[in-house]
Amino acid sequence: MNRKLYDKLIFDHSCPGRGGYDLPHRIYPDVKLPEDLLRTDTPALPEVDEPTVVRHYTNQSTNNFGVDTGFYPLGSCTMKYNPKINEALAANPAIAGLHPHQPADTVQGALQLYYMLQTMLSEIGGMGEFTLNPFAGAHGELTGLMVIHAYHDSRDDAARTKVIVPDSAHGTNPASAAVAGYEVVEVKSLPDGTVDLDDLRSKLDGTIAAVMLTNPNTVGMFERRIPEIAEAVHAAGALLYYDGANLNPMLGVARPGDMGFDVMHINLHKTFSTPHGGGGPGAGPVGVRKGLEEFLPNPRVVKTDDGRYDIITDSPSALGRISSWLGNYTVFIKAWAYILSLGANGVAKVGPLATLNANYVMHALRDLYLLPIEGPCKHEFVFDGLIDKSTGVTTLNIAKRLLDLGFHAPTIYFPLLFHESLMIEPTETESRETLDAFIAAMRRIAQEAAENPEIVKTAPHDTPARRPDDTEAALHPKVKFADL
Amino acid sequence: MIYYLPTHEYARIEDNIAYIGISKFAAQQLGNVVYVDMPEEGDDVTAGEEFGAIESVKAASDLYSPVSGAVIEINEHLIDNPRLVNEDPEANWIIKVEMNEPADLEKLLSPEAYAELCAKEQH
Amino acid sequence: MALHKYLPHTDDSVRQMLEACGVASLDELYADVPAELRLKGKYALPEALAESEIAYAFDSLMRRNLPLVCFAGAGAYDHYTPAAIPAMLSRSEFATAYTPYQPEISQGTLQYIFEYQSMMCSLTGLDVSNASMYDGATATAEAMIMAVNSARKRRRVLVSATLNPATAAVVNTYARYHRIAVEVIPQKDGVTDRAELEMMLGAGDVAGVIVQTPNYRGLLEDLSGWADLIHAAKALLIINTPAIALASVKSQGEWGADIAVGDAQSLGMPLNYGGPYLGYMCTTNALMRKMPGRIVGATTDELGQRVFVLTLQAREQHIRRQKATSNICSNQGIMTLHAAIYMSLMGADGLREVNRISANAAHYLASELQNTGKMKLSNPSKPYLNEFTMTMTDPYTTGQLLDALKQRGILGGVAIDDREVIIAVTEKRTPQEINEYIETVINL
Repeated sequence: MNRKLYDKLIFDHSCPGRGGYDLPHRIYPDVKLPEDLLRTDTPALPEVDEPTVVRHYTNQSTNNFGVDTGFYPLGSCTMKYNPKINEALAANPAIAGLHPHQPADTVQGALQLYYMLQTMLSEIGGMGEFTLNPFAGAHGELTGLMVIHAYHDSRDDAARTKVIVPDSAHGTNPASAAVAGYEVVEVKSLPDGTVDLDDLRSKLDGTIAAVMLTNPNTVGMFERRIPEIAEAVHAAGALLYYDGANLNPMLGVARPGDMGFDVMHINLHKTFSTPHGGGGPGAGPVGVRKGLEEFLPNPRVVKTDDGRYDIITDSPSALGRISSWLGNYTVFIKAWAYILSLGANGVAKVGPLATLNANYVMHALRDLYLLPIEGPCKHEFVFDGLIDKSTGVTTLNIAKRLLDLGFHAPTIYFPLLFHESLMIEPTETESRETLDAFIAAMRRIAQEAAENPEIVKTAPHDTPARRPDDTEAALHPKVKFADL
Repeated sequence: MIYYLPTHEYARIEDNIAYIGISKFAAQQLGNVVYVDMPEEGDDVTAGEEFGAIESVKAASDLYSPVSGAVIEINEHLIDNPRLVNEDPEANWIIKVEMNEPADLEKLLSPEAYAELCAKEQH
Repeated sequence: MALHKYLPHTDDSVRQMLEACGVASLDELYADVPAELRLKGKYALPEALAESEIAYAFDSLMRRNLPLVCFAGAGAYDHYTPAAIPAMLSRSEFATAYTPYQPEISQGTLQYIFEYQSMMCSLTGLDVSNASMYDGATATAEAMIMAVNSARKRRRVLVSATLNPATAAVVNTYARYHRIAVEVIPQKDGVTDRAELEMMLGAGDVAGVIVQTPNYRGLLEDLSGWADLIHAAKALLIINTPAIALASVKSQGEWGADIAVGDAQSLGMPLNYGGPYLGYMCTTNALMRKMPGRIVGATTDELGQRVFVLTLQAREQHIRRQKATSNICSNQGIMTLHAAIYMSLMGADGLREVNRISANAAHYLASELQNTGKMKLSNPSKPYLNEFTMTMTDPYTTGQLLDALKQRGILGGVAIDDREVIIAVTEKRTPQEINEYIETVINL
């Protein structure tokens, strides 16, 4: 990464009369449209030539940090390597030109790939069927909750107006429940971070539509009492939802369907190696156990008896439509290629190796960083800051100092169970040498905290941008070029 | 007289008028206030229900009304300078309400009871 | 022999690392997973393929598609993608980053999102843009929820009958579960019936009104006076327009809308069989803090440099949980970069040129198709840009038309029913392709 800030905006390069396009010449006569329906002003877009545009964005990219730049141990985000063959396939012009309204008989290959991925995810999740349509993990959660809503509606069970989420859950869980029209009830965590089953039982009644869990949970611990939890949830007539944010360590080990989950989503951009794209696009396929397939959203890809593929657009029991078409198609190509590259045996190695990497880092640092929950973690773990609190060095300071040392920071101040959460997820695509270098950096920061805390507290020192004034940004929002 | 809600709003009472804002304790917990979402003059508020929200950079909380009545004034200084809440939360009230249910006050916390609650929350 | 090319560990390093962790085997790390839950045997998945085999398998699948020359629109448009865009998008520093949580090392992402927001504000004529909508349909649904949240207790939303039915279906799904009452404003001669709108507003309790222009049939809606009517009823006006059209037709800001939404796919994004696309959403300063999704703002760092950060985060799920403005938790990073680069290369002139060339070709095709006597414009008195709806003359059907065109390698449009078809023309369609379309109809 370039250590010097490239601070120009594309608007700074604008010069009247320049342009970065050419268009074919056409001989058709000019059309006159009614003036009162036309735009009167000219949108203030930059006027720039192609070389300037390319140099501008190339320079911007050098002020960014990605998985390809360095180690990115961002907890719960599974920042694993994004294979290049996936990108090469997804850029195929044969896909680029396919309109979503092409009739099914002209897109049999595209539908077959969708169906293959759907089937492979069903096998990995232990589910009956998947829809790939949801655009993101949060969209998957929303879709999954709508499946649950449609299921209860189909039984005329209108009393179920609430969804239970653990107090350790990611904010998206309660937010998705609210968008799906549910009230949120929190269930407590025990000191080891797992769900308090007694508290859960006391809240399970005829008003509960679903319980949302991740397993392993947000502190990286496996909910070992999941069979009992599933039994209690089902006995109360509710459904159990699996947030796939933490699926990675379960690959090759256990399937959510076998744990008793009824509905789940998977983040293809986490577990299945599709790039995070600076925030998107991702994909959040949703799986359901056998018996719930009819509630999956339209449109739905099915295989016909004669071995062809078709699209159902108007299934009446479906929850409705959550996307215009079949979702973020090129993301599916990448996940499909990833699974084929690893194969049955390779996919099964992902979970244990991700877990090994997390435990290795945890063991190497636990003498300096406070480990609030004992026992082998899964793909990630949480430190509650440094053990030695006397230096006044916070988790935020540690995160910023890591930037100086060439690493992306872990997830910080989440989960909310601890004051100084530092959530580390190394993923299976990191070598021992990389992990050792990260461990050395974390140890160095602990030592600096003891010997020269100011250097940590005032970090970062060596990044293109330095600590920004967030308060000013929120107090006087400047959200476009014209505001500057 | 001043009364508090357990959600950290205060109501300072002068005759039939309640000046509603957030406590010093709440202002400290929240950090630099960057925005106060206020109702409009003439809106009705109900004791125990939301009337707005207050935001800092990294946190936000809903504002609950200690009393029922009609909003007769909002503190317009907070639109341009929300940080006044940090400077002196009790002088810089958020809304002024004409009460229509004086019995609401009986359910609120006294300054002593509220101080006890804050002491507990700090631990 | 390496484990796998994406997995760096050797058997030796696994052994040494297990030792460092004080366990004897990988299995021991899962001692807390009850035996009855453990995966039995192997996954029923294919065996691993080499990269060259995956490429072959993919090409074989893609050969089972029939590429068609695209005259279809209905929400997805076949505009040209300048080569500079995929070249920039494929830079790893952009593609393999995540949400810019650490602004000190994420200025690349933050800057392009700020540029994107600036351009969208300018196109829509509104004050603030987010960077987080998945597509035009979900952006419209989010706008509906935003209107209802702003209205506090009113929960009726009026939706024009001329809204794209796929968008309407998504809006209805969100409304069904979010308990919003959606009512359809009828159409008259292909556009929204204003008299009906007035009546429905009169009934009270309306939080928002959603209308699309150019509408599903490609027709330009005349929205003069709508904002006043709707604001008088204390409701919000939400206008959905495909992004590229905004360079030429009246913008949401000019119509007085409160929320602008739509799909930005028309900004040169590949069709990609339906995704990924990009939804956009802009609104007024007054509604800024009710808007869902990520917003980037400018500030200064401690050296006094102009830098960018995620801002106004108190609206979002990680702080507000169930009280957030939406459950959306990221920004559509790389797609907003696509939009920003497309708009940078094209500029306002380029966008208008694309619209002009497309509209001219569309009007030529429409008039030649009328001349065949086998189809006629469904709403001849209504203006359109580059998409129009035609009605088949008896005894011809849209099924027949689209089949005949498919035989010639053409996707002839999107059928509304047996009689009507929506046809879109972009700057990519050559005179040969357009003539082929016309000849096919002559020979029906």
